Amino acid sequence: MEIDGQQQQEDTAAVPKGFNADYLRIYYGKLFPYGDFFKWLCYGNDGKHPGCDQSYIGRRELSFTLENDIYLRFQSFDSAAELESSIKEKCPFKIDIGPVYSVDPAKRHAYAQSGNNVFAPVERELIFDIDISDYDDVRYCCSGADTCLDCWPLMTIVIKILDTSLRGMLVCDFGFNHILWVYSGRRGVHCWVCDSRARKLSNEQRSAIADYFRVYKGGENTSKKVSLTGPVLHPFLARSYTDVLKCFFEDKLLHSQQLFSSEERCNKILELIPDENVASELHDKWQGNRRSSISKEDVNAARWEQLKMTLQSGKHKAQGLRRCVEEIVFSYTYPRLDMEVSKHMNHLLKAPFCIHPKTGVKPCSLFFVQLTCFVPIDPNNCDDFDPAAVPTLSQLLGELNAAGMQIDSESDWERTSLEKSIRFFRTSFLQPMLKACKEELESAYNAKLQQSKNALNW
Amino acid sequence: MEIVRSQRQLAAEAAAATGGGGAGALPTYRVAPQLEVRLEEFELFAIDRLRVLKGISDGLSRGKRPEEMEKLVSELWKAHMRHQDPAETLNKDIISHFVLRLVYCRTEELRKWFLSMEMTLFRYRFRLESPESQRLLMSEFQLPYKALPHSEFEAVKDKLSQVARSIGQSASVESVFFKVPFEEVPDLVASRRVFLSKGYAYVAMSQVVSLVVTQFRSNISKALVLTNRKWTSTIKEQEKDRLTPIVEALSNAYFGPDYSQPNDAAEISPKDIDQLARTSFPLCMRHMLEKLRENHHLKNGGRMQFGLFLKGAGLKLEDALTFWRAEFSQKVGSERFDKEYAYSIRHNYGKEGKRTDYTPYSCQKIISATPGVGDYHGCPYRHFGEENLRAALNNMGVSGNALEGILDKVKNRHYQLACTLTFEATHNVSCDTGINHPNQYFSESQKVLQAKNQTVQNQSST
Repeated sequence: MEIDGQQQQEDTAAVPKGFNADYLRIYYGKLFPYGDFFKWLCYGNDGKHPGCDQSYIGRRELSFTLENDIYLRFQSFDSAAELESSIKEKCPFKIDIGPVYSVDPAKRHAYAQSGNNVFAPVERELIFDIDISDYDDVRYCCSGADTCLDCWPLMTIVIKILDTSLRGMLVCDFGFNHILWVYSGRRGVHCWVCDSRARKLSNEQRSAIADYFRVYKGGENTSKKVSLTGPVLHPFLARSYTDVLKCFFEDKLLHSQQLFSSEERCNKILELIPDENVASELHDKWQGNRRSSISKEDVNAARWEQLKMTLQSGKHKAQGLRRCVEEIVFSYTYPRLDMEVSKHMNHLLKAPFCIHPKTGVKPCSLFFVQLTCFVPIDPNNCDDFDPAAVPTLSQLLGELNAAGMQIDSESDWERTSLEKSIRFFRTSFLQPMLKACKEELESAYNAKLQQSKNALNW
Repeated sequence: MEIVRSQRQLAAEAAAATGGGGAGALPTYRVAPQLEVRLEEFELFAIDRLRVLKGISDGLSRGKRPEEMEKLVSELWKAHMRHQDPAETLNKDIISHFVLRLVYCRTEELRKWFLSMEMTLFRYRFRLESPESQRLLMSEFQLPYKALPHSEFEAVKDKLSQVARSIGQSASVESVFFKVPFEEVPDLVASRRVFLSKGYAYVAMSQVVSLVVTQFRSNISKALVLTNRKWTSTIKEQEKDRLTPIVEALSNAYFGPDYSQPNDAAEISPKDIDQLARTSFPLCMRHMLEKLRENHHLKNGGRMQFGLFLKGAGLKLEDALTFWRAEFSQKVGSERFDKEYAYSIRHNYGKEGKRTDYTPYSCQKIISATPGVGDYHGCPYRHFGEENLRAALNNMGVSGNALEGILDKVKNRHYQLACTLTFEATHNVSCDTGINHPNQYFSESQKVLQAKNQTVQNQSST
């Protein structure tokens, strides 16, 4: 991976860029963090405490996509060793995590009869998937799976808004604690809410949360996809607007995307104004200004100010215009979730620490984003996250080479860029969560004991 | 002159329910009633309740607003369930509910539908109750939520007011609020009608309906699963000569005219069919005619669905034979037609075998068909891919917003509504009753066209 100006370290150990089964084999052989991964999914049930459910991890579905798109569903494992050997043997190009079922998925056929469906998901993290390609209609720098420093901040915004709502310190809607944000290797972020309360949510409750977050309704036959009715905004939306979206739009996006710099781009914004007269008034005003000598920078800020003044001035008190400024800002910046991912317990999602197998090479962007690892993102420092700096497969292998081939396979990843990610995963997510899980398991067990004791008392 | 049939207590079945009966007029169906029910009542009560539930289903898929639904529920209840004697009404209410549990417990899809409709029915009936009655019901559902203490209320009052205003209510906040885990009120969370903080939703008294309904749903849902087990393990077999056939018939009940006896005035002949298809056939039948003309053949599913439709539309047996022979002989020869296909056409008209005069299929039946390879029957709104459906509707002259509206209904699986919208778009009238039967589509269409012709005639004669 190249960033302008930076030199590749250790040229002799450099590994040619690319992705193939051999590289992957080495990655799985030396770098994939099996132990941490397994510990996470056990949620404390791999302990010795009598309250631990030994069957728990074996009921979790994983799915592997092998080379040539061979798809293996309903894989399950009872131990970290089993998981490790299966992955090393099969060398999956993709690993997805599914739900925890009522019984071991490998035995599902024995249970799926008589319509009573005893084989069903019983637990699953609350997940969110945000794809930057869903923002193609509001970014001009990239499209599809590509991303650059101008449009990546749209993802940072998602993290800020959702993380605050899910677990904020002072202000918070849902009160969750154990959240993992993951860079999904090419074009977006995944959010894993792992509290036991979240894992036990029903499909209906997941749907409700997803709908709570939903503002942008794409796919309809109108250009206006954000509709904020009501004289004021709900506190969640109001807070998102004042704390995050407004300044992001005005200070960053306006300029990085040059939102008013061409007629086409201006029209796109004008389309969001429900009043024809106001829209054409602004259009004509800007037509006139085209030939002026205002620099590109100023044009965006100036026109935005004009638009705001026109919409918020006294003479246009029409119903539809009340929230129009906010609607425009929301249209361009508010998180666009993939609703289907969050709504159903049985949805499979890419596992963290996988390697994303597809290349996303865009010659004129600042860097090549390719073959990157799904690494955790620190939501408290998400502004500093740089997708370009995420370790790629070839880079990791190069680092391994440079460190020399030592036999100690436990901590090979310590000598690579993966070290930072894994440490972060452990300290800020895994350890606090496992501690909480342990407490929960123990108290649930004690409560049950007490209950049965009470039942025995006459 | 019917003898009073043997009486039987319903208590034995649906033994899943626990707890008390109902506070006042609105029962909660916690326990199966210890009543004696006459067999006729068993079926009739269920049918009346089913009319209410189907009316609700229709209202919901038409996207009626809450105020409209409230009115609809009140009207449906009055029309089908109310009795002069409130005790009788309560009796019928409870019995019909438990009978329908038997009917609708048997598959996942039936359970889902029943749950959804009963929940809606309960929601609107609850809304129509007095505040005192509502309070009693709340306590019956053992909602352990205490009202928000004053100090806490003061702390969040501004936010509560903001939420109220954001959903178009007045700024003055209600005084009674409940603090409830957000999981308990998913629909309020989904529509952002509550303030959320640290995992709790602040629910206004007026929104309490949502809480109650969620509990109601949960209770009935569990009961249905248990009812199903009981049904499968004992009742179905025990009652196979008495209740079981009634129960099984009820789940397929269709409540409109069956078009089995087309009125004599409505007659069509083979030469009219192409023209009529263009103006008055619903999409399913148009499609089959097109394929029949194209292939000179239709497989059995298509022959049944289309053939019976034509019969209902007024095609006499002799004409039907002419029509089908004209097409089929082009593929299989008229000898083979006479040998292999004519019999079943006569059979459909009740002229062979056990002489049942078969009834044209309703939409419900057609929608539930599963066309396979080489089949053209079934409901196109259900089975056509989006591209094909677009093209087909374009051919009927439907485009633009009307087309998108139809596709939207299809996406939400409201196939009959999609067909109704198609009717409205192609005939330029509104169809309030909704399409439930292809022959209904046809006769309504004919009515509209005749009325138009009449107007034209009147105009040209003045």
